[in-house]
Amino acid sequence: MGFIDNHILSLMTFLPVLGAAAILCVPRGKDDVIRWIAAAASFLPLVLSVKLLYAFDRSVAGVNVAGQFQFVEHYSWIPSINVEYFLGADGISMPMLILTALLSFLAVIGSFGIEKKVKGYMALFLLLETGMMGVFASLDFFLFYVFWEVMLLPMYFLIGIWGGPRKEYAAIKFFLYTLAGSVLMLLVLLALYFNTTNPETGGHTFNLLHYMAQSTHNGWLKGFDVRILLFLGLFIGFAIKVPLFPFHTWLPDAHVEAPTAISVILAGVLLKMGTYGLMRISFPIFPDVTRWFAVPMAVIGVINIVYGALCAMAQSDLKKMVAYSSVSHMGFVMLGMAALTPTGMVGGAMQMFSHGLITAMLFFLVGVVYDRAHHRQIDGFGGLGAVVPVYTAFVSFAFFASLGLPGLSGFIAEQMVFLGSFDVFRTIVVIAALGIIFVAAFHLWALQRVFLGPLNPKYAALEEINAREVFCLAPLGIIVMYIGVWPMPVISLMNSSLVHLVDLVKAVI
Amino acid sequence: MTPIAMDTGALVRGLYCILPEMVVIGTAILVLLADLLLPEEGKKRLCHLSVAGVAAAILSALWLGPGKIEGFSGMIVHDGMGLFFTLTILAAALLTLMMATGYSEWEGTQKGEFYALILLSTSGMLFMAEGTDLMTVFLGLETLSIPIYCLVGFHRGRMRSLEGAMKYFLLGAFSSGFFLYGIALMYAAAGTTRIPVIASMMRDARLYGNPVFLAGIGLLLVGFAFKVSLVPFHMWTPDAYEGAPTLVTAFMGAAVKAAAFAALLRVVLLTFPAILPAMSGVLWVLAALTMTVGNFSALLQNNMKRMLAYSSIAHAGYILVGLTAGGVAGGQAVLFYVLVYAFMNLGAFGVIMLVAQREDDGYDIDNFAGIGFRYPVLGGLLSLFLVSLAGIPPTAGFVGKFYLFGAAVRSGYVGLAVLGVLNSAVSVYYYLRPVVSMYMAPAPEGIPVPRPPRSAFSFALCASAAAVLLLGVMPASALEFAERSVLSLLM
Repeated sequence: MGFIDNHILSLMTFLPVLGAAAILCVPRGKDDVIRWIAAAASFLPLVLSVKLLYAFDRSVAGVNVAGQFQFVEHYSWIPSINVEYFLGADGISMPMLILTALLSFLAVIGSFGIEKKVKGYMALFLLLETGMMGVFASLDFFLFYVFWEVMLLPMYFLIGIWGGPRKEYAAIKFFLYTLAGSVLMLLVLLALYFNTTNPETGGHTFNLLHYMAQSTHNGWLKGFDVRILLFLGLFIGFAIKVPLFPFHTWLPDAHVEAPTAISVILAGVLLKMGTYGLMRISFPIFPDVTRWFAVPMAVIGVINIVYGALCAMAQSDLKKMVAYSSVSHMGFVMLGMAALTPTGMVGGAMQMFSHGLITAMLFFLVGVVYDRAHHRQIDGFGGLGAVVPVYTAFVSFAFFASLGLPGLSGFIAEQMVFLGSFDVFRTIVVIAALGIIFVAAFHLWALQRVFLGPLNPKYAALEEINAREVFCLAPLGIIVMYIGVWPMPVISLMNSSLVHLVDLVKAVI
Repeated sequence: MTPIAMDTGALVRGLYCILPEMVVIGTAILVLLADLLLPEEGKKRLCHLSVAGVAAAILSALWLGPGKIEGFSGMIVHDGMGLFFTLTILAAALLTLMMATGYSEWEGTQKGEFYALILLSTSGMLFMAEGTDLMTVFLGLETLSIPIYCLVGFHRGRMRSLEGAMKYFLLGAFSSGFFLYGIALMYAAAGTTRIPVIASMMRDARLYGNPVFLAGIGLLLVGFAFKVSLVPFHMWTPDAYEGAPTLVTAFMGAAVKAAAFAALLRVVLLTFPAILPAMSGVLWVLAALTMTVGNFSALLQNNMKRMLAYSSIAHAGYILVGLTAGGVAGGQAVLFYVLVYAFMNLGAFGVIMLVAQREDDGYDIDNFAGIGFRYPVLGGLLSLFLVSLAGIPPTAGFVGKFYLFGAAVRSGYVGLAVLGVLNSAVSVYYYLRPVVSMYMAPAPEGIPVPRPPRSAFSFALCASAAAVLLLGVMPASALEFAERSVLSLLM
């Protein structure tokens, strides 16, 4: 067991890609074998993530303290430019690692219905999982960037090949937007590398923890205008991924065209990488600029909340509505983080986790009705509640979770965001709170149009949700409910790290 | 006048120093002789013979090792950098000849002179990469160019092939003129054509600011710029690349570029530090123009060969970024990138050679529609090579570009690095177009059936793919080799 314990993050990261390699060796036509290999290759990281959860010491912070990271693996990778293979977990990355493992496994199960080119689909999906895990586990900026890019191509193919009618447009738009962000990140990466020194060796470094120790920065990097420039470069790179207004336009297109399971991953995990990047990289490296930029970030967050909700209300396509609801919900994350208070930060992180679960449910549910009716027009249904009661119950549950009903996880997260940020920016928070009305409105309105009212006779024989689909939804629902009632396990998981992060950002350098 | 005594020891040492070159030339002569003796159906032996010869040359180069061996009173030197480029060029030649096993059969290039020309051109490249005297470099340049002119026009019956060859030949002849004139002016100012001697004279400022010398260096640079197709000296490239037999195109992109950059690197690294302020501006502008024009022209192409031709121009621009940066870091980045480029370029051409059935419209991007799923291995390989050309991790192209732009930032050329990064972002769009066509476009009725590759051809493709992945994931040892090579030059 020693090997597993010592390399648990590496195993979580690379088991999926090993599964992908195995899948490529399976002869043509054995689609079921491929499906089960994929399920196994994504189930193992989930098992390991449970182990991770139990072994994790919740009392230490991590963030910028090297000795407090857990499950660390630290080797030299490309010695001539000091690139390190440096993995580790703390309270910021733990929820994301678990979320990624869980959603990946469920998404593989949810993809069992894919009939077209199963081999390629599953192999790319597992490669994508490797990229996601790697991003959340890396503590070396170069490694982080490599994983970040590794994720890009599988996603592009998964949307572009298995997507809907306008898949090519959506795929290339997704790719170009994300690539533009990556390019900015690469430039900041170079700038940071050449203007910091590793205190131990005296050479340049990619180690994120060294970047966080401000004493490693040289004179050029200490200049405030330079720091603003670098911070904004990173911020735009991450904002495209979140996506924050005005960089959000790729998201609805990508979601509408992507196959169901890919939408789940896109909204459930990929969007979080943006805010995760801000927490992991931007905030601790540039605490001074973070404080300077706090109000604009809060304003952008509120624009996301209100504008996203209004856009969602205007949609006639159910999936597009859910996509815009993500834009709105990610605004809460940004608002909570911008407040730079412990409660706000924890609320933001909580919202990342909770939204990952809820939005995954929503996209799975949209997929269920699309598989049967082959369209997603909200006005094209009506009265489905009488035909498919179980499905209706699931959708109602997910919608209420999404609009922040007390007792479910979304409520806890949003309340913590409001509590944490109210004292800091009152006006902004009041506007955001009013935005909740729109959020509630579009959910309820859609619910009414699809499930209530007179039954559309076309769908009198609509099939009820099946066992495999319930299998994907039930665990998510249970966790959403559990956290809604008793959020402490998740809060304590990330609390010490995030409190430390806030202290770090608040400390004047 | 006393006759110069024959120094047998020096002669033997000189010949020892050019062992790989001699093996290659010997193989070329053998091929020509064998061509006379072999019956028509036995001509494929010629290809096998050439492959064996180049493999022997690689072994002989490895046997010489990275230690410094001077030959012919310092006209040529086998040092670490020479070894690095020798291996790169020979590897490119080896892969090309392995692909020729199949290509020659389809395209009717199963002829003795085809292989002999490739081998002779290779020997010229090796001389160019190891020449420490401007005259050796010039002789190498001519030895490599003349066979390539013939190879570009090898399809005598095709107008495009002839047009490309004619353009290449005329402009190439001009560029040789510039090159030679540049050497003459440098000789007039310095009294020598030996690169290290000129470098030491530059260091103690005897040549600094001498207008004749500067004009000479400028003309030399123009000559090089033609060969590696820097903008605005790139006009011949798309036509020559499109017209040439595809195998020759692949070889040109990989090997000719490596050789020309080897010589350029030697000149720039040794002589430029002293006059850097004057020259770096020129290189800066050339690099910026080359990257930008190359990439934006590639965006507009619908023919794969032409697109890759413009992409090769853009890549010359990236490599020039490393040269502009200079120093050990810049040199290391250039060496590594030239190696990586050889593999990804040959690999990409190899796959499209298999897929395209006809010259000309066979290479249209639309012609690749539906290939990806019908022939998953070919589709996967082409995607891998294109992704690497685009510089996306975890492929070698990313590490290479990272080093090039990193070197530029280290030397203070932040603007150039930014331009380079933006350019490679633009390039992703056209590299993905064939991928979109292969996987996402609706497959037409009659998907072209790729030719069944010979085992040597498959091996060459797999080896290139393995190199692209391996150099991307574990680049450390190749990078160290490159660094030591540059250090050996600067010592």
